[in-house]
Amino acid sequence: MNLPLVLFWVYGAILIAGAIAVILVRNPVHAALFLVLSFFTAAALWILLYAEFLALTLVLVYVGAVMVLFLFVVMMLDINLERLREGFWKSLPLAGIVGVLMAIEMVALLARGAATGGGAPLAAPGAGYSNTRALGMVIYTDYVFPFEIAAVILLVAIVSAIALTLRSRKETKYQDPHSQLSVHASDRLKIVKMASEGLSSESSPQPSPKGEGANVGGGVAK
Amino acid sequence: MIPLNHYLVLGALLFAISVVGIFMNRKNLIVLLMAIELMLLAVNMNFIAFSHALGDLSGQVFVFFILTVAAAESAIGLAILVALFRNLRSIHVDDLGSLKG
Repeated sequence: MNLPLVLFWVYGAILIAGAIAVILVRNPVHAALFLVLSFFTAAALWILLYAEFLALTLVLVYVGAVMVLFLFVVMMLDINLERLREGFWKSLPLAGIVGVLMAIEMVALLARGAATGGGAPLAAPGAGYSNTRALGMVIYTDYVFPFEIAAVILLVAIVSAIALTLRSRKETKYQDPHSQLSVHASDRLKIVKMASEGLSSESSPQPSPKGEGANVGGGVAK
Repeated sequence: MIPLNHYLVLGALLFAISVVGIFMNRKNLIVLLMAIELMLLAVNMNFIAFSHALGDLSGQVFVFFILTVAAAESAIGLAILVALFRNLRSIHVDDLGSLKG
């Protein structure tokens, strides 16, 4: 038995056990941690398939970002565990029947493929092969427009996630950029016509001209 | 080396496990999202195994895009969950019946 096959069996067993633990454990925090284990093991399995770039992406993006987001949300929410678990074991018979049937169907089809020659061992790529380089050559040429669309999807995800969770408090003061930009000079500055002070200085002291006291400085909003 | 069928069977088992998880955790939205992530992982496993077996990198490019969309999906899903929890103080599925006619 060669080493990669042994590694595959070990990692596959860990992956299946981790996945079962994700769906069975009581605490969502533990489920998230078992999901981290599953993703990490899957990344190791992908490295056995010479897909290094995607394996590292899985670790960086999923274990590093998405699962931390999951943990953050799970710990932030105050969850009533008992209520969430009600009816859990009640649905086990149906779920077990469906799941086992699905697994048997798919494995039977694949076993038939193996009997007709689909189970030949996969060959290793030659020396000097760089998965990242080869993938980049494909992504930036044949798939450049889907790549750009993926970037737009990420942008939409950022904007929508922030827009969904943004909350405005009443006691906090906010700027309103729209009213700041749509203001006219006449709203802020009032030009007043008044008599010249020099000529009428000898006469009796007048009350202050009409315009004084108007809002001359532009700093105060309406 | 490892035959292709090993990876395909592993992906099939992973997919079946996550289907069972979706059935059993119907009340728990967070574990539902996790089961969906596991399902996508199973699909990605098949994509990469076939990509390696056929010597065609397009499968890995598809996995790349699936990872992108799945990350966006889980970010928006969790944001919806947080907004929901703020309004209802609960994420129990039975409390989400306000659209019922």
